[in-house]
Amino acid sequence: MTPAASEQFDLRLYVAGQTPKAARAFANLRKICDEHLAGRYSIEVIDLVRNPALGRGDQILALPTLVRRLPTPIKKIIGDLSNTERVLVGLDLRPRRASA
Amino acid sequence: MTKNKRDWNEIGKAPTGIPGLDDITYGGLPAGRPTLVSGGPGSGKTLLGVSFLVEGAQRFNEPGVLLSFEENADELAQDVRSLGYDLHKLCEEKKLLVDYIHVDRSEIEETGEYDLEGLFVRLEHAINEIGAKRVMLDTIETLFGGLKDTGILRAELRRLFRWLRDRKMTTVVTAERGENQFTRQGLEEYISDAVISLDHRVHEQISTRRIRVVKYRGSTHGTNEYPFLINRDGITVLPVTSLLLEHDASSERVSTGLPALDDMLAGRGYYRASTILMSGSAGTGKTTLSAHFVDAACARGEKCMYFLFEESPQQMIRNMKSAGIDLKRWVDKGLLTFHADRPNRHGLETHLLEMHHAVEMNDPDVVVVDPITNLMAVGTQTDVRSMLTRVIDFLKTRGVTALFTSLTSSSATLEHTEAMISSLMDTWVLVAFDTVEAQRTRHLFVLKSRGMPHSDTVVPFKITSQGFTLLPVPARSVRSKSRGPQTARRPK
Repeated sequence: MTPAASEQFDLRLYVAGQTPKAARAFANLRKICDEHLAGRYSIEVIDLVRNPALGRGDQILALPTLVRRLPTPIKKIIGDLSNTERVLVGLDLRPRRASA
Repeated sequence: MTKNKRDWNEIGKAPTGIPGLDDITYGGLPAGRPTLVSGGPGSGKTLLGVSFLVEGAQRFNEPGVLLSFEENADELAQDVRSLGYDLHKLCEEKKLLVDYIHVDRSEIEETGEYDLEGLFVRLEHAINEIGAKRVMLDTIETLFGGLKDTGILRAELRRLFRWLRDRKMTTVVTAERGENQFTRQGLEEYISDAVISLDHRVHEQISTRRIRVVKYRGSTHGTNEYPFLINRDGITVLPVTSLLLEHDASSERVSTGLPALDDMLAGRGYYRASTILMSGSAGTGKTTLSAHFVDAACARGEKCMYFLFEESPQQMIRNMKSAGIDLKRWVDKGLLTFHADRPNRHGLETHLLEMHHAVEMNDPDVVVVDPITNLMAVGTQTDVRSMLTRVIDFLKTRGVTALFTSLTSSSATLEHTEAMISSLMDTWVLVAFDTVEAQRTRHLFVLKSRGMPHSDTVVPFKITSQGFTLLPVPARSVRSKSRGPQTARRPK
């Protein structure tokens, strides 16, 4: 199930305003992407405070939420993405361990 | 009463529009605050919440937001269509907004600190979009299944309820009942303004729904468990009427349908808006006697409702035709409405509520329940009495003359049942068999009739193809009179 190494990653990061948590999440995401998905990712940041209607489409509840729109299936990762290991598992870049 | 009035002003109440519920809460839910509605699966939590939103939008000009965690807008609309609610239409008119929040733990990876600001943003957006005054969260505890970090969740729920209070949203929060507490996750800790508990229990294979206002901070409220009904007219909570003896007493009289029986009741028949019990063993002619009464009422142009618990309307019409009473013409004219039901199809409350609805819809002058004893078998004695009291009170307040037939046998238990309801009856007529010289003869006897001098004579009668014929009291009947008909004894 691990996506092929050539696949393009289409990511969306949902936040609400310029909070420290949002900034932290974005920084963490950039770092992970640069390390693991160099050259094949795009990040769209959606601020729900400015565009509240957009929250419905991706069923956003918790913030920040990272949505992997491509490759399918859609994956959701919530939190400030400080746990790199879990982010990689969530993005299917690392196999899920049985204990996880 | 003055105390309740003051509370009304102090608290501010948002009427639910649910008949009966606004009575036991003295006006509705606490306005601008959350109310917890807890109950087991299938207890009617969602329907109660949706009714609160729909009624608010339709009748009180308070648009509502439904944040659903369990069903999407289409499924919800389907669920409440049977109650006569059109959610799609209300949504189009911007009186209602349904936002379905789907949380699936398997889809979500948790990677550090987060909050539920997304929920707040969506809710705020929805509230602003339609100018909502009411909110329903159904069922927010589902989040505990979707998110692992219960510490964050609890803190955020606490914040959510505070946030709703700050925005003065009248909110209904539904929750599944937990073990030894009102909700599985102890939500009652956060919502302390009002707690309503719903219950669905089965007694002798008949289910009854019950509602109780467990808590209502700053307001008086009915503390009992009250039965409620969900049917095509939505939710109705009993009591739908107050339990006060304050109805007017009419001095108008209405004919029994038999001049000879009118004669026994001071020559003028029953009082209008009074209650009449017609009791006797099987086959004594109670139904025929009731039919005479209905026939006479219809002939005066009055509207009658006949509740049948033993026969179908067709059967009743056929049988009465053989006794010379043509009821079909009154049905055709729209003066007579039958309402037939099996007694054991619902619990007592449901029956009485259905009667209630039927009476409100048809607005009859005369109501007959034939036989009331069949209904009494589906509830406990206390239930029966309190329900009957309510129905009789309701009928009297509406000025309806009500006749109840009661099937008795010679066994003592049934007489006891009669004694239980007799105090609610203004007039009690007994019909009985008596066997004299291998010939069964029927007798009729006015046991009591409040507010009028009535005959004490046991009058023999016959049922012929012309209906009831009261016979002259035979002079030689000293023997049979002294012994009296079997059932014509006043129960102890």
